[in-house]
Amino acid sequence: MNQFIEWVSQPWPWYVAGPLIGLTVPTLLLLGNKTFGVSSSLRHACAICVPSGIPFFTYNWRKEMWNLMFVLGVLIGGFIATQFLANPDDFILADQTKADLIALGITDFSGLLPSDIFSWSTLFSAKGLLFFVFGGFLVGFGTRYAGGCTSGHAIMGISSLQWPSLLATIFFMIGGLVMTHLLMGPLMSLVGF
Amino acid sequence: MKVLEKNVQAEVCDAPNSQKDIEKGTELIKYMIVGILFGIVFVKAEIISWFRIQEMFRLQSFHMYGVIGSAIVTGIISIQLIKRFRIKTMSGETVKIPKKEFRKGQIIGGFIFGLGWALTGACPGPLFAQIGSGFLVVSVTLFFAIVGTWVYGKFSDKLPN
Repeated sequence: MNQFIEWVSQPWPWYVAGPLIGLTVPTLLLLGNKTFGVSSSLRHACAICVPSGIPFFTYNWRKEMWNLMFVLGVLIGGFIATQFLANPDDFILADQTKADLIALGITDFSGLLPSDIFSWSTLFSAKGLLFFVFGGFLVGFGTRYAGGCTSGHAIMGISSLQWPSLLATIFFMIGGLVMTHLLMGPLMSLVGF
Repeated sequence: MKVLEKNVQAEVCDAPNSQKDIEKGTELIKYMIVGILFGIVFVKAEIISWFRIQEMFRLQSFHMYGVIGSAIVTGIISIQLIKRFRIKTMSGETVKIPKKEFRKGQIIGGFIFGLGWALTGACPGPLFAQIGSGFLVVSVTLFFAIVGTWVYGKFSDKLPN
């Protein structure tokens, strides 16, 4: 058992994680005819809390409660993996990425997320405004405008061979490349990195 | 007319529930269990890492491409098997996969999401797993993602679609 825990605590390679994530598609379909997609949970949150009479948020969200249970599970899964199956070794990052990020002003490479950005002390600063407020807004606004995110389009949509999802995924990548290579440097120096 | 409108809205929901019976209470726990397993994979494969997303967009690691690519291949094979052998759901229904229609939003919205993905280092799934992993400040990101979703809903009829 200890050996198993030790083995499972190592970071999982892509060829283990990818197929497991892909299996979510048939699992949800066969469990109850559910279509895989995470960003819909954000829409249901709006529909439950602040529908404000907006037609886009006026639908029978009770039927979609399964989606909120699913994301609650993702949160709990994150807790379990971090508390009980955490990787005991150092986080390994590609040398070139590390060099690029040092140049941008990142100093902490000890965990999965850099504490230079992801800590409460940055929240009420220009850094927090950029990464949490602006970043979060873009994720929520963009996924809903696109009609799905990495799960709904890139995985579920392409798996069912739907070209609009492939198109959406290509633009997810273009957006990410533009942010990383063109905008991130100037934005980060603007907020004090 | 109002009823019709509601039906249309329910149709366009992007990750819809196509099952006829409405499940309640404990019947929903199975989806939470799938979510838990999914969340564990997210953390263990370090998909929730801001650094891994940076590696991906800087084209300096194959890891994320391998994860997404093999997930898609697994998904394609599974759906083909379900179709070929007409596998039914647990309650005996025919599996229904909603069609995704082309809209300009897939281009404009997709691009906007991509910008946010690189900044936050998270698409919506990993946001939840990051919070569960103890990065509680990410709940602020999640809050503003919900705000962004709401703003889209408010102005969706004024945006090119």
